[in-house]
Amino acid sequence: MISIVNYGLGNIQAIANIYKRLGVPVQIASNEEELAEARRIILPGVGSFDWAMTRLNQSGMRERLENLVTAEGRPVLGICVGMQMMAKRSDEGEAPGLGWIDADVRRFDEASFTQQTRLPHMGWNDVRPQQTGGLFAGLETDARFYFLHSYYFAPRSADDVLAVTDYNGEYASSVCHDNVFGVQFHPEKSHQWGIQLLKNFSEL
Amino acid sequence: MLRPRIIPCLLVKNGGLVKTVSFSSPKYVGDPLNAVRIFNEKEVDEILVVDIDATVLGREPDYSMIKNLAAECRMPLCYGGGVKSVEQIERIVSLGVEKVALSSVLTQNGKLVADAAKRVGSQSIVAVMDVRKSGASNTYEIYTHNGKQSTGCQPGMFARRIEELGAGEVVINSIDRDGLMKGYDLDLVSQVRKATTLPLTVLGGAGSLKDIASLIESYGIIGAAAGSLFVFKGVYRAVLINYPKRAEKDVLVDEARQKHL
Repeated sequence: MISIVNYGLGNIQAIANIYKRLGVPVQIASNEEELAEARRIILPGVGSFDWAMTRLNQSGMRERLENLVTAEGRPVLGICVGMQMMAKRSDEGEAPGLGWIDADVRRFDEASFTQQTRLPHMGWNDVRPQQTGGLFAGLETDARFYFLHSYYFAPRSADDVLAVTDYNGEYASSVCHDNVFGVQFHPEKSHQWGIQLLKNFSEL
Repeated sequence: MLRPRIIPCLLVKNGGLVKTVSFSSPKYVGDPLNAVRIFNEKEVDEILVVDIDATVLGREPDYSMIKNLAAECRMPLCYGGGVKSVEQIERIVSLGVEKVALSSVLTQNGKLVADAAKRVGSQSIVAVMDVRKSGASNTYEIYTHNGKQSTGCQPGMFARRIEELGAGEVVINSIDRDGLMKGYDLDLVSQVRKATTLPLTVLGGAGSLKDIASLIESYGIIGAAAGSLFVFKGVYRAVLINYPKRAEKDVLVDEARQKHL
C-alpha cells in the first residue's frame, strides 16, 4: 500500500492514477488517522518552500509523518518541493525544513549561467543514476524526466546522491538516505520513465 | 541535456475543444479529456490548456474541468483562462496543475505576479502575451479579451517587467499567425528573446514540424507550441490528433540544436 500525503499541494490524483493503473494499492491520506498505517509514503509538492511547510504544518499530519519516517523507518519519496522539504533549510524561505537529510536547498547561481535561458530549470532533462537497481531499476540508460524548479537540493554528503542532472553543472536530481528518497523532477508527469520510477518505489 | 519543449495547445469553449483562426471562427475539434488521453499515449512534452470563454464572460475558471484534466495528464499541464487572483492561482495549483497562465490581468495588476510567486513559486507563474501588429507604424502590441482589447503595451518591455515581478515563463502568442499554419513570427520572438532571460514558449503559426525545427535552430532551448498542427491533418483540416513519435522528435530536436550551436 502506497500512502500519498495530501496536505493540499501536488499532483496527488495523478500519482494515485498511475498506481491504480499499475494495480498497486494506493491511498490518499488527508489526516492523521488515514496516515496511521502507512507502509510506503509519498510526499508530493508544487509551490514555494515556506508555503509547502505551512500547509504541511497545518495538515495535522506532520507529527505522525515524522514518526513513521524517522522512528519506524518507513520508505518515503519526496517529489519536487516534497523533496526539498526533507532538507534542513531553503534559500527560498525562512521556515525550517523537516531535516531528514543533512542538506540545504539552494538557488541556482544565475550569475554563472552562460546560456540564454536561465531560471527556472524547466522541461525534460536527463537523469543519470549513480548506482544500478533500486529506485532507478530499468532507468540506468536514457532516463528523462520533467523538471520545473529554480532551487536545488544540496546534500552535505556525496553518499546521499542517488542521481545527477546537468544544468549549468551537475547537481543532485535524486537523493537517498536510508529510507528517505527524494526526486527533484516530477515522475507523475514524466510518462513511461516516471511510471517506472513510481513502480520501483512500490517494490523497494 | 535540457531539451526544447514541443507543446500542444488546446482551447476550451463551452466545455469543448475548439481551434480558431486569428482568434476567430472557433471550430469544434473534440472533448478535452479525450484529447489529453490521446496526448498521454503520444508522450507529449507538456500541454497548454486555455479556456477562452472565462475572461470574456467574466466567470471563474472551471475548477471541476481543471481537476479532471490534471488527474488525467501524465505530462505537465499549464492552465490559463479567467485567472485574476492569488486565491484562484493557489486553488488551481492545489488541483495538481504545474503552471498557471496569466494574461489580461497582467496589464491591470502586474503586482499579482509578485504576490502569487510568493505562494506558489515563480516556476508556476506563466505570463501569456497575445500580440498583434497594429497602428500606422505596424508595431507589435499586446491585446487581451481574445484579441479584442488594445493595451498599448509593447511585448519586449512587458516581458522584462514581468520577469522583474517574478514570473517563470513567457508565452508569446501571435494573433496574426493564429491558425494560419504558415510559420512562427520569428521577428516577434527575437524582440522578446532580447528582453528577457526567462524560458519562452512560442505559439501561433506552426504549420509543420519544419517550423518547429526552424524555431529551435534559431533559439535553442525554447518551447514550441502549436494548436492546428497537432489537431488537424491534411489540406482539408480533418480533425486528427497527432504528434511526432519519440524517435522522430529526438532526431528533429538533435538536428535543430546542432544547427543552433
